[in-house]
Amino acid sequence: MSTTAPSARASARALSPIFPRRPSRSRLVRGVARHILLILVLFLVLYPLLWMVSASLRPPNQTFSTLGLWPSGFTLDNYRVGWNYGTLQFSKYFMNSLVIAVLCILGNILSCSLAAYAFARLEFPFKRVLFGFVLMTLLLPYQATLVPQYVLFNHLAWINTILPLVVPKYLATDAFFVFLMVQFIRTLPRELDDAAKLDGCGHIAIFARIVVPLTIPAIGTTALFTFIRTWDDFLGPLLYLNDPNKWTVTVGLNGFLDTTGVSAFGPLFAMATVSIAPIVGFFLVSQRLLIEGVATTGIK
Amino acid sequence: MSVERKDREPVSGLRQVGGRLPKGASRRMRTTAGDLPTEEKAAPRVRISRKTREALAGYGFLTPWLVGLVGLTLGPMVYSLYLSFTKYNLLSPPQWRGLANYRAMLDDPRFLHSVGVTLKYAIIAVPAILVVSMLVALVLNQGIRFLSFYRASFYLPSLVGASVAVSLLWRQMFSGDGVFNAALAVFGIPGRTWIGDPSTALYTLILLSVWTFGAPMIIFLAGLRQVPRDLYEAAQVDGAGPVRRFFSVTLPLLSPLIFFNVLLTTVNALQAFTPAYVVSNGTGGPADSTLFYTLYLYQRGFTQLDMGYAAAMAWVLVVVLALFTAVMFATARFWVHYGDER
Repeated sequence: MSTTAPSARASARALSPIFPRRPSRSRLVRGVARHILLILVLFLVLYPLLWMVSASLRPPNQTFSTLGLWPSGFTLDNYRVGWNYGTLQFSKYFMNSLVIAVLCILGNILSCSLAAYAFARLEFPFKRVLFGFVLMTLLLPYQATLVPQYVLFNHLAWINTILPLVVPKYLATDAFFVFLMVQFIRTLPRELDDAAKLDGCGHIAIFARIVVPLTIPAIGTTALFTFIRTWDDFLGPLLYLNDPNKWTVTVGLNGFLDTTGVSAFGPLFAMATVSIAPIVGFFLVSQRLLIEGVATTGIK
Repeated sequence: MSVERKDREPVSGLRQVGGRLPKGASRRMRTTAGDLPTEEKAAPRVRISRKTREALAGYGFLTPWLVGLVGLTLGPMVYSLYLSFTKYNLLSPPQWRGLANYRAMLDDPRFLHSVGVTLKYAIIAVPAILVVSMLVALVLNQGIRFLSFYRASFYLPSLVGASVAVSLLWRQMFSGDGVFNAALAVFGIPGRTWIGDPSTALYTLILLSVWTFGAPMIIFLAGLRQVPRDLYEAAQVDGAGPVRRFFSVTLPLLSPLIFFNVLLTTVNALQAFTPAYVVSNGTGGPADSTLFYTLYLYQRGFTQLDMGYAAAMAWVLVVVLALFTAVMFATARFWVHYGDER
């Protein structure tokens, strides 16, 4: 980028006699028009989310078919009611989701960084073949292992525990993060490793003291996306956690439909808002890291 | 670790490698031996033992991943291939049925219907996502202010699009007395129960998927910022208008990213589950109009406990996705241009 900018400007100046610059006023008008257009589109795109938040703050007697975003009178009743709606207990679900998410994040960071260090820094037989498996599993649909893994976990009597959701993360089954970290570690200067080797460090010390601290950005991306994925995960908990005491937030939210049908939209949207709040919060705090992660790797 | 203790016996490690080398069993061994710098040849024992140590360390670091690969991916896939030839309901042992499951698929109207629904969903949603994300990326790429604000805001739906919360929201928005009808009423258009009508239910899910155009948009935007400006200026000098510039400069230079996004969004579309499950309450209704492939697989496997059939369905999906990926990569050289060919 920075290398092309000066030459581009220079050539623009050279061209200017043939193509005179547009007058700055029409430029300003175009700029403003563009912003107005973008803000309109953005409003349309974000409208459903804004509407959901506003619906969650609406007093229960109001209809949910209104377009407006400003409710006549705010109330937090829906949050109070929704938190313990019917047989639902969201304090439990949030705790369960949080435990699973934290354990998954730790597992992914640990197992993926170990594998990535081996692929990025060490030479061993069949390395290319094995890395081929990383790339292959990257594109493998999750349905491929859905049935046999269920059979396996059923044999191990892991149904109704969080183990089927957590243990795979400690075995680096999210090939994506292995790949991400391999790419990242490859960019680190090898001189650091060599210097540590001269100082008598083994591979474990190099990994723990040199590579891991320098890989913090990739580890952060991994943690963030692992959080989003596990927090949003619905199929996994739906399959493996049948006991309502072990439900996660997503399954609990879906429980609204089972218990009430369509009548309780206020509490439902209150809990829906709370359920995506952590994700939006993390997004706001770390959006730069996240966007870079998407731009460089295409993760979703 | 045991890894390091093992190679304290350099002789055995040396003998292993040395014994294998003359036969030329592995190319890697040969090249590493050949690559030895001359000054190291004075002490080949140390060098080779370091190689062995590194290999052992490599496998040590890889152990969790290897266990996962064999125990949770490759092993289960082989087992699922076996299951796909059986009748299995989790309770009694699998019974061999040969190709019965695969044959049953061809006569199963719901299976064929789910294929149709999924294909229709992908064929409409994927191009729509690509066009919308490209358009927004093009607008955002014109040296606009507050770029990071816009970029982040447009990305937000991608983050939450697959969540149960948003699926529930969609369910309300497109119901009979939902917000969408209220919006249509403003323009005097009569509403309908979009979610409850078999002819429109799938389109609400397509809209939901297009709504999450942010991720491909960010990828396009990152690519657009890499396009050298002099190319546009050169095209301009040659008399190319904005449309021509887009098709002759931007599009070819972005083709690797288009390739990537097509692959990614298609694979995602074929695997969609949560929205269809939540919107239809797990049934795929109304009238099976949102019966995605994955949803039907879930129903057969985990509601009807027909694990053999579900495993067969999973394998069909794997093969189809593999073929799709292979075709994509095979045709890539005809339409994907990499920078160095310029």
